[in-house]
Amino acid sequence: MTEQTVAVSFTVNGVPYDLELPARRLLSDALRHDLRLTGTHVGCEHGVCGACTVLVDGAPVRSCLLFAVSLDGAAITTVEGCRSADGGMGPVQQAFRDCHALQCGFCTPGFITTVTAFLDEFPAPSATQAREAISGNLCRCTGYQNIEKAVLRAAELRAEA
Amino acid sequence: MTTKLFGQPVKRSEDPRLVTGNGRYLDDLGHDALEAAFVRSPHAHARIVDIDVTDALDVEGLVAIYTWDDLAEDERLHGTRVAEPLPLLIPHPTLTHGRTPYALARSEVNHVGEAIVMVVAENRYLAEDAASRIRVDYEFLPAVVGIETARDGADLVHEDVPGNAAAVMVQETGDADAAIAKAPHSLELDLWIERSASMPMEGKGVLARWDADDESLLVHTSTQTSTSVRQAVAAKLGLPVDRVEVVTPDVGGGFGVKIVHPWPEEILVPWAAVRLGRPVKWTEDRREHFVSSAHERAQLHHVKVGYDDQGRLQGLSVRFWHDNGAYTPYGLIVPIITSTQLLGPYKPGVYRVEFTSLYTNTVIVTPYRGAGRPQGCFVMERVMDAIAAERGIDRTVVRERNFIQPEEMPYAHGLTFQDGRPLTYDSGDFPASLEKLKALVGWDDFEAFRAQARAEGRTVGIGMACYVEGTGVGPYEGGHVRVETDGTVVVRTGLTSQGQGHQTMLAQIVADELGVPFERIKVTTGDTRRFKYAVGTFASRTAVMSGSAVAMTARKVREKALRIASQALEADVEDLEIVDGHVQVKGSPSTQIDLGAVAVLSNPLRYAFDEAAARATQFAAPADPDKPPVAPGEEPGLEGTDYYSPPRSTFANGMHAVVVETDPDTADIKILRYCVVHDCGTLINPMIVEGQIHGGVAQGVGGALYERMEYAPDGQLLNASYMDFLMPYASEVPTVEIDHLVTPSPLNPLGVKGAGEAGVIPGSAAIASAIEDAEGIPIRRMPISPSELYALRKANA
Repeated sequence: MTEQTVAVSFTVNGVPYDLELPARRLLSDALRHDLRLTGTHVGCEHGVCGACTVLVDGAPVRSCLLFAVSLDGAAITTVEGCRSADGGMGPVQQAFRDCHALQCGFCTPGFITTVTAFLDEFPAPSATQAREAISGNLCRCTGYQNIEKAVLRAAELRAEA
Repeated sequence: MTTKLFGQPVKRSEDPRLVTGNGRYLDDLGHDALEAAFVRSPHAHARIVDIDVTDALDVEGLVAIYTWDDLAEDERLHGTRVAEPLPLLIPHPTLTHGRTPYALARSEVNHVGEAIVMVVAENRYLAEDAASRIRVDYEFLPAVVGIETARDGADLVHEDVPGNAAAVMVQETGDADAAIAKAPHSLELDLWIERSASMPMEGKGVLARWDADDESLLVHTSTQTSTSVRQAVAAKLGLPVDRVEVVTPDVGGGFGVKIVHPWPEEILVPWAAVRLGRPVKWTEDRREHFVSSAHERAQLHHVKVGYDDQGRLQGLSVRFWHDNGAYTPYGLIVPIITSTQLLGPYKPGVYRVEFTSLYTNTVIVTPYRGAGRPQGCFVMERVMDAIAAERGIDRTVVRERNFIQPEEMPYAHGLTFQDGRPLTYDSGDFPASLEKLKALVGWDDFEAFRAQARAEGRTVGIGMACYVEGTGVGPYEGGHVRVETDGTVVVRTGLTSQGQGHQTMLAQIVADELGVPFERIKVTTGDTRRFKYAVGTFASRTAVMSGSAVAMTARKVREKALRIASQALEADVEDLEIVDGHVQVKGSPSTQIDLGAVAVLSNPLRYAFDEAAARATQFAAPADPDKPPVAPGEEPGLEGTDYYSPPRSTFANGMHAVVVETDPDTADIKILRYCVVHDCGTLINPMIVEGQIHGGVAQGVGGALYERMEYAPDGQLLNASYMDFLMPYASEVPTVEIDHLVTPSPLNPLGVKGAGEAGVIPGSAAIASAIEDAEGIPIRRMPISPSELYALRKANA
């Protein structure tokens, strides 16, 4: 039996891709293994932990729950796309470092994409809103306290920019 | 002047890579490798009657299917040892019935998730396609699940292990029963702790590449000990150790589960890579992690305690039963730690502990952050609260009366610890810690808060718990420091990192010891190509062990740099200092030489391969013609290696206080405040230490209120997913308030005691204490859910 493939075109971090993929190929696997953008991580494969969160047309989605071929025409942003223009740390990434909001770093890409989308919508959040914003992602290392701080710090950095 | 970095909250050098998506975790490597999937037992206890792979053979992209028979055949053909049971890593004389699994089940499976067939295909999708078409016929055996069932012994996990008892172990300091009988007052308690697990966000994973031309094997694995995996792989595959290298890439959390080794996959993946002559990779998925990695915690305790009118312990006798799961690859470490660390900061009077380690048809039990201490702490602290309640004494006062006093340090308990050495506390000031905790949480003002809350129709309670944690266990770790000719400093240690910020912490130490800028220091951990000798990352030991080793090594390299520079600068060693990467004459900093140039001079050359090297060639500089270019006793290169091996463990300690509110209608439990006083000796990086505490507390809260492994009586794990195993989100974890007490360890050159596990240890104990205080109902079993609290209210109404 030979797997049928489907043509799909989307952009990732502004770069256009035309791919031929098996219909069942998950977006997370396509990003990681076909495009080798390994910043997006897979923690649970069923949409609960949020490590694989990417932005599709600006909205956070779980890339482990989407078939890549369903993304035709979409603009996808991964953690690699949250960098600053010069390729260094973007404001959310800088804030995570400043506030020690990561330890092993495995869940971090999902938090960074989630927080990026959150701050687009709520540029000046309260601490309560910051905690609410991150409460759909699992982290086993930090206890979330410093991630909450990082959300607030990222808002400051983005306002300064 | 160079600022001292030891003790500073230096931002982590790991982070720019990790936050931008440039981390390299196991599954980020080997994109072109073949991928493995496993057929795992869906039954808790069964004999394997037949394995039929026929339907899998026409799956496109299938490369190989292996069963235990193939491993046995390989032993005959190639002299490997892949068909033998996996090693029993930590033997102990009382572990009379130790059992370990085969890499692939031979004829019997003993838990749901045990690997039976390995499938290798062009990618994971195809490997799973093939695995799903393999049929295994089973003859069912009765499943032994839960401590009471195992202890009952009517059904056996291993037919040659009577009573399901892997081991019975006793330690005692005298006749505890007699001391309890003589005491003015006594109590008996039954206490339960249920299963939880490390649950790192990244599961396990292995990538192996065989170089047939070089006859060498390169293995990447998400482990807490690359050096020991190397030894194990070489032994099992029948390869000389120097043909095997093991590298730990970025690791997405460990928390204990990745110290176990070799996992079946750590043998099978390298073995398949050798046999197939192609790179092979396996990435554990979340369900596999739930059913085939390791769990911890489950214990049942019966405690007898005798005490005087003041609540001072006279005798303590603990009998407990430990669920070790289907096999005992990690020996008795968890129950040994429970049985010794249960004592916490207290003098127990005469102490006796006896435990039975029991087999069940469930996933193996090996250390998870805290490693047996959360259970021991829960037991001891429940005892303290019970005595306080019975005597009508404040809970902090009962504790204070039983504390080991600072002037009694070092304090020997007369027991043997997990490292085979005496259980002797090196340092700590428990009364001072308690004062700090009472001040931090406002212990003495709580009744006013309670009255105010009550007036508003709210129910609140306060609880506390104390612990002592043996950290920094030996036998040793090493460090290598080398100054490159461009002034870069390369630091290597053999143990691995899983997010603790070792690169940063070790660079801080070297920066201070050597006098070089932090940014010039490059640290490598867990790569056997770079450093061959190490034990591993567990027991909160990296700062103590590798921190000390690296500090000692940096001092050696500093001495060597000064010796070489003294010749170059024609100055006495005593008159030199190293500042900001330059050796200079004290008081005359313009007379200086940079460390890169010293590194050039340390390696006398014949050939110049670049401009810097030219300075060290034989005609470049005047030298004493009567002396050898490399002085006797010296070696070329500005580098050094040293090892740190302590006589025994350090002992960190701490105390937590918790304020909870319980809902009068729904029995929902909410943490209002969580306070921590922590003594890990001197702090190398307080930001990292506090991060460790935050994360530990979050796991403690999870273990107290949410996480448990729900095994059905037939041995099915009913909640083997993140949807059903309730790891806390940000919405469940409180903000942690922290104060530090610093009592440096006298055992190592840095005075550090380790901080990795502490945060988790007293979680269940402190939260149980607070719920009991709020509700006035004895709490004897953790974790506790709102529905369980609701049922307790009904039962106690």
